[in-house]
Amino acid sequence: MTEVLRYGGSAALVETSDVLGFQAALELSPLVGVVELVPAAQTLLVRYDPSATSWDTLASSLRSVSSVDSSVASPATVTLPVRYDGSDLNLVAAASSLTAAEVVQRHSSVTYVAAFCGFAPGFAYLTGLDPALHLPRRPTPRTRVPSGAIAIAGAYTAVYPHPSPGGWHLLGHTMTPVWDTDRGQPNLLVPGTRVRFEVLQ
Amino acid sequence: MSGKAEILTTGPFATIQDLGRPGLAAVGVGRAGAADRGSLRLANRLVGNPEGHAALEVTLGGLRLRVSEHTTVAVTGAEVPVRAGRRAAAPNAPIALRPGEELTLGTADRGLRCYVAVRGGFDVRPVLGARSTDTMGRLGPAVLTPGMTLPIGDVAGPPPAVDLAPRGRLPDEPTLRVTPGPRLDWFTSAALSTLVSTPYTVTAELDRIGIRLAGTALTRARAGELAPEACVPGALQVPPSGVPILFLADHPVTGGYPVPAVVEEPDLDIAAQLRPGQRLRFTLA
Repeated sequence: MTEVLRYGGSAALVETSDVLGFQAALELSPLVGVVELVPAAQTLLVRYDPSATSWDTLASSLRSVSSVDSSVASPATVTLPVRYDGSDLNLVAAASSLTAAEVVQRHSSVTYVAAFCGFAPGFAYLTGLDPALHLPRRPTPRTRVPSGAIAIAGAYTAVYPHPSPGGWHLLGHTMTPVWDTDRGQPNLLVPGTRVRFEVLQ
Repeated sequence: MSGKAEILTTGPFATIQDLGRPGLAAVGVGRAGAADRGSLRLANRLVGNPEGHAALEVTLGGLRLRVSEHTTVAVTGAEVPVRAGRRAAAPNAPIALRPGEELTLGTADRGLRCYVAVRGGFDVRPVLGARSTDTMGRLGPAVLTPGMTLPIGDVAGPPPAVDLAPRGRLPDEPTLRVTPGPRLDWFTSAALSTLVSTPYTVTAELDRIGIRLAGTALTRARAGELAPEACVPGALQVPPSGVPILFLADHPVTGGYPVPAVVEEPDLDIAAQLRPGQRLRFTLA
């Protein structure tokens, strides 16, 4: 079921159960006048040039789009070596009635998908987290989380791309930079990317 | 390179801005760029630059700079007294400066943000294709501080044919046009008429990210949390208080509060000139 909502004079917000699949369909068969696609948790923002298409034309085209398999559009898989030494590992283990080794095992045995970015440049929300590890954020955010920290909150896991404040639970860290403004594509974890964590002993 | 400009004073807050980084929101980078894009473009045209060259965005005035070579500058945006060396100079017009001469902006008496363009543009290192400080994403050139020296570029078009661009006065109580949606259905049926029939006031909580307004709260019809979704400049985001925040250039890429209406993009230039305490109204586009 797709809902197309008007978002100002030059954007539409598409509510869909398969955001990345809807985005992949628009990338395979672009619509006239569309200038940018921005995925989020349950929506895709479609920015358009109002001098190139009208709202009515765009909205009716969007309503007839069918999602495609998003792995066709984004086949990339990134493997990040992780040292599971995060300061919340034991707390997460206690809160989820697991041992620390089981938390590591469950967190590192999944292939995640970068669903969308937000919070900071390059901060990708990765979906696929084991439901046993779904926990609310820390009651008080840390004032500084180092870059490369691997963390979980709610249904998501993420890699902090920069040192920043943060309320997620820290499980470990990776030395692989996920964000570098001197690269052509600064973000290693663009939406659609498959992500695996490899345990470093 | 055509010489340099030394920043002597900055006023309360000044940054380098161009037209920003469009097209990168999917990786978490907002467009950012000048808060009042029309004034940036005009300043560039007045010195014969392409419209997207980097200029200075100076909040409330108070900036002083010294140039090393003969050059042309222009000041647009907020109404501010301008001096070139010892001469009084006009805003919205090209101003010739000689080597070693200073450009001085007084305190803005109308509007909030002035733009200072130099012929050739401020040629600082681009980050992700833009010479624009993004205060939310912490990208781009550093916020201006006294003592900084900025290189001046050498890419410009022919000298401008006009020597004054007449501009209307900034309104005392502007009316900003809004398009309803996308989350108007999260509010009661009276919300839209409240938004367009009662005045709002700009609070002191105002920066390049947005303007926190004071005024009549909009009542939610639906409880619960919205999953984060992408935002646009001009979005009126309504936090639990019910009183909207108007998103400007450096707005977050995604937000979690419902947006009942969006200010039309051309009206954001006027919004970017609002000062604390000023009143504004919304009307349907």
